[in-house]
Amino acid sequence: MSVRAAASPPMSGDTPSTPPMRVLPMGERALLVELADGTAAAALHAELLRRRAAGDLVVREIVPAARTVLLDGLGGPDGPDTPLRLAARLPTWEIPPLPARADDVLEIPVRYDGPDLADVAALWDVPVREVARVHSAAEFRVAFCGFAPGFGYLTGLGGVPEVPRRATPRTAVPAGSVGLAGPYTGVYPRSSPGGWQLIGSTDALLWDHARVPAALLAPGTRVRFVPEGR
Amino acid sequence: MTDRAFAVVRAGALTTVQDEGRPGHAHLGVPRSGALDRTAAALVNRLVGNPADAAVLETTLNGCALRPRCAVTVAVGGAPCRVTVDGRAVAWGAPVRVPADALLEVGPAVSGVRGYVALGGGVAVEPVLGSRSTDLLSGLGPPPLTDGAVLPLGAAPVAHARVDTVPQPGPPRELILRVTPGPRADWFTAPALRTLTTRAYRVSSASNRIGLRTDGPPLERAVGGELPSEGMVLGAIQVPPDGRPVVFLADHPTTGGYPVVGVVRERDLAAAAQAVPGTVVRFVGVGGWPGLGSERG
Repeated sequence: MSVRAAASPPMSGDTPSTPPMRVLPMGERALLVELADGTAAAALHAELLRRRAAGDLVVREIVPAARTVLLDGLGGPDGPDTPLRLAARLPTWEIPPLPARADDVLEIPVRYDGPDLADVAALWDVPVREVARVHSAAEFRVAFCGFAPGFGYLTGLGGVPEVPRRATPRTAVPAGSVGLAGPYTGVYPRSSPGGWQLIGSTDALLWDHARVPAALLAPGTRVRFVPEGR
Repeated sequence: MTDRAFAVVRAGALTTVQDEGRPGHAHLGVPRSGALDRTAAALVNRLVGNPADAAVLETTLNGCALRPRCAVTVAVGGAPCRVTVDGRAVAWGAPVRVPADALLEVGPAVSGVRGYVALGGGVAVEPVLGSRSTDLLSGLGPPPLTDGAVLPLGAAPVAHARVDTVPQPGPPRELILRVTPGPRADWFTAPALRTLTTRAYRVSSASNRIGLRTDGPPLERAVGGELPSEGMVLGAIQVPPDGRPVVFLADHPTTGGYPVVGVVRERDLAAAAQAVPGTVVRFVGVGGWPGLGSERG
């Protein structure tokens, strides 16, 4: 068994419902599906979850990222979803677009008191207090998780310049710090080194392995940041 | 009434609790973790009559010493080493009865890196997300053992060991890792793909439970720039900017931004766990590796 056939990317983009995708081999039990952008990856991720919940797909891990979705632990050699078979099926799927707004939005209380607030305001060319207004007006979506258990990469901040990582990462960013980097907002689940520009802090517990679910944020979760004391 | 627990007399260089890990949470940034040499961990569990998912101890290079507070059957496997109970030599790779309060000493590895100690009933620390494994990347699970720590044991297994000894493969003199092409093989030049599968690499001393790092000829990229973060798998060969391949082991990050040139077959990774620094590594292209005449493996 190999996923050789999948190595030549089947491109299909003739109808709006079958977005262009490349299905790439990743070992004996996995496929990496590459989409045109994060929005297409999010739509495929939602469809994969739906099919797995319906019992149409046997896979252990569905790991979305910036513009890919990894499927790892695909069924055994006799199962319906060997990498080779799934690689052939995937590009024929119709993938509904994600709804623009969600009914269910998680609110995270934030104090906009981060040490990099002034730098971000300067980059955005706005007064410092405006950073909180812009950030708390946006609706975010967890595009993917990584870096540490419970750390989500949130997209949704539009209309302002992307914030670069700090030239020198901090050796210790406190747990609960709310930061910006590139197109993403993130909240540090625990104290760790980090290079994101910090604009605020929250008391929300991003990760608690004694809680079910342990992670406050999972891929697909919609989030709004609410300024504390309002 | 004896206490089902054991005290750590000598923790060794790095001894962790490991089981089959916590797969299924990669989308939350949780590594799979688990014993690096799955084969050895499964064998020692069988030898003491434990279920396959019981937690064992994984030692690194210089073993450990334990004092059980109750009589317990143990088995030591993985990297071959001298095993003693109260100073008397006992069998390695076989079930051994250790009396309450006796000193079990697991000596330094004669060859290989990681030793596995199964105790009847398994190490019964509190599971996190269904696993008792220590995850050194994210800090989930119990901390590595420290001198003086006391760890609980589960109820003694009722099942008898089906075997008294089991053949265990010796650590590799040369580490052969079969590799299928990765999602980003096309980010590397054709000569780089040949280099990986024809030249010898060596296991770097910077290797750990997260990855087997290698020293050897750097791989030249055909595509510059950065790769947006993407999901990672066990055995993925990531190539950081220095061009030296890193093979991801159990505690690997769930996403990464360096291109994956290929993926090592899972059944070859147990040997990777036992390869001491300096061991020659040969990556063998299989499964449509570019430049191979026909598919193999």
